[in-house]
Amino acid sequence: MNVLIYLLPLALFLGFIALLSFLWALNNNQYDDLEGAAQRILIDEEKNE
Amino acid sequence: MKLDKNNKLSKFSLFATKDKDNFNLMLNIKGIHCASCIRIIENSLCSDKSVVKARVNMSSERLNVTWKGPRELGDKLVSKVIKLGYELKPFSENNNSLRDLKEEYHLLKCIAVSAFAWGNLMMMSVSLWSSTTNNMGPATQDFFHWLSCVIALPAIFYSGRPFFKSALSALKQFHANMDVPISLAVILTTLMSIIETIQHGKYIYFDSALMLLFFLLIGRYLDIRAKEKAKESAKGLLSILEGTATILKDDKQYTVSISKLKKGDEVLVALGENIPADGIVKSGTSDLDLSIITGETTPQYIKEGDGVIAGTLNMTSPIKVLVTKKTEENLLSEIIKSLENLERGRTKYIKLSDQAASLYTPVVHILGVLTFMVWWLFMDYSWQNALLHAVTVLIITCPCALGLAVPVVQVLASSLLMRDGIYLKKASSLEKLSAIDTVVFDKTGTVTLGMPDLINKISKNNLKYAASLAVYSKHPLARAIARIYNGKLFKVKNIKEIPGKGLVGIINNKKVRLGKQYWYENKNIMNSNTLQLWLSIDSTKPCLISFKDKIKEDAFAVINKFKEYGIKTILLSGDKYEAVKEIADKAGIKKYYFSYSIEMKRQLLENLEVKGQKVLMVGDGLNDAPSLAQAYVSMSPSSAIDIAQNAADIIFQGEKLSPVLKILKIARYSTSLIKQNFMMAVIYNIIAIPLAILGYVTPLLAAIAMSISSLVVIVNSFRINFKKDLSK
Repeated sequence: MNVLIYLLPLALFLGFIALLSFLWALNNNQYDDLEGAAQRILIDEEKNE
Repeated sequence: MKLDKNNKLSKFSLFATKDKDNFNLMLNIKGIHCASCIRIIENSLCSDKSVVKARVNMSSERLNVTWKGPRELGDKLVSKVIKLGYELKPFSENNNSLRDLKEEYHLLKCIAVSAFAWGNLMMMSVSLWSSTTNNMGPATQDFFHWLSCVIALPAIFYSGRPFFKSALSALKQFHANMDVPISLAVILTTLMSIIETIQHGKYIYFDSALMLLFFLLIGRYLDIRAKEKAKESAKGLLSILEGTATILKDDKQYTVSISKLKKGDEVLVALGENIPADGIVKSGTSDLDLSIITGETTPQYIKEGDGVIAGTLNMTSPIKVLVTKKTEENLLSEIIKSLENLERGRTKYIKLSDQAASLYTPVVHILGVLTFMVWWLFMDYSWQNALLHAVTVLIITCPCALGLAVPVVQVLASSLLMRDGIYLKKASSLEKLSAIDTVVFDKTGTVTLGMPDLINKISKNNLKYAASLAVYSKHPLARAIARIYNGKLFKVKNIKEIPGKGLVGIINNKKVRLGKQYWYENKNIMNSNTLQLWLSIDSTKPCLISFKDKIKEDAFAVINKFKEYGIKTILLSGDKYEAVKEIADKAGIKKYYFSYSIEMKRQLLENLEVKGQKVLMVGDGLNDAPSLAQAYVSMSPSSAIDIAQNAADIIFQGEKLSPVLKILKIARYSTSLIKQNFMMAVIYNIIAIPLAILGYVTPLLAAIAMSISSLVVIVNSFRINFKKDLSK
């Protein structure tokens, strides 16, 4: 059972990172325009010629 | 012809805000459909070197531009986008139609935190539940308890705030809402679990508290989202009067924001512009489209010295207007103010969920207290153990199912409606709709199409002549001709629109006139409820073209269905007797009122309300707006003017009347689903409460029971998507 000593914190840590990255995305307006984001992937990048 | 309007639009830079050395302008944009729209707009703006940032937000239909340099540069940028074919409007902050993402995001964060904490707690809870004293030592158990405590406490504190805050503010006003029992259950559960942890106890309920929060937050989030989405779909008040006006001062033209117009200003109103303020005509003659105020389709002829009303549309030629009232005092603003008062005075409707809460709260709390007293006083339990049993009663009766019962159904119902172009401005309107017993329809634009249609036969050649002239006018009858005729047009020379009379032009070297009857010598008496135009080619005998506002094709069927449901129908109009009677007969409405003014309409609705009838009002004009606000619940077609849309609870799209019926069906079904959900919550509690009182509930049992009750409610709500006759 000693494996718990590092497995538990590891699991919590990974979960915590996921939580933080979600909060980061929310605070950085990543969810402001879901419709637009879905459409933007269709826009070709301009080539610099 | 339309150029005049565009010239004016390019003064939007007045609305830009300064941020350090950059200017920032937020605009409402219409007409974005796909990725290429985004690309075209952003690229065309960014090709200008002074543009720092240009970003289109597709969901909220907004364009944000930031540029370096002089303010006036903004006008150039704006006209660039307009030339691409997109409709722009300045965006003002006080416009409360803005969707507030902040609250939604706050709830999302709370959901994320509670989900994270709950998920990780389960890791420990499951091992605690499945272990016995034989395979888990007391040290490990304590370690798990403490770790749970460390994760749960901050998470409960963080994600419980929406409930704690609302409960506190309710308690301050000495009444209880649903959040009071929720907060109490969460706080007591947490406190008890902390005490158990410290005392090396056996059971902790942190996971139950977090699960409760998680499910309830989802319900809350859906609720807010439906509300904000509805808000977004409703147009802002006064959008006709937002924007700019051209004033004349010392022989120079200036552009000012409409809100800054003063008494005594001289305003130039171009062709196709809305009159920006109440005033009198200083010079020029024209025709005004008064439909926003009166609902009538025939335009009014105005000349020097006549009064004009803000919001009406100038149709035939430019005029100069002397402003007599500033913007806040004009008729339109006054009507809006009175609407707001009506809205506030509306008898407060108690939502189903609040009714349930007012029953639920005392029952559960009394049961909790009784449980504690009985175990402590009569069963000789220590007060800690007695309290444990009392708290499990609070946990197990968790209002999860109650909290989800309403919002899940409402979100599903409103997305079902949204697919058909029906927007709910208030989620509670569905509940109200299911209870109505009377429907009051406005005539023009609601039961009828609100657009004149050709009714007599004229030769194809004559129609071609008429249409060739008509395309040059904004007059509703001329536009009707242009709409009906779809073929090649003649070339017209020397086209002229004479205000109050009609159009003259030279076609194939013949003088062609299209206009009112008294333009010609032939003084035929006209029928009062037909709208007419006369066409003359050179000096031939004028030919009559008459129009009529046609009834919507499905009106009769819809009214008939209402009768089947046992709902009374009433037709209400400001129009004359003959016109109203004809439509009422065609639609099959027995009760009708004609020549009703704005105030009379509202009065009628008030009287019906006093009689105890629950009235649905359907209307589209400014003259209906007070009645819409007065009615128990109200609907407006999306072709309605902004103010009517604002006063209405529900907005529907399309040229048919059937959405009114459809929304009634959905409202009735969803309300029955909500009631079923409440019933299930009650049945669940009838089973669970005795178990909790007797002390048989363990954390495992609590978790299973709570999640099952929530899931059952959600699954039941989804039945609305599978009900067949709703989707027709």
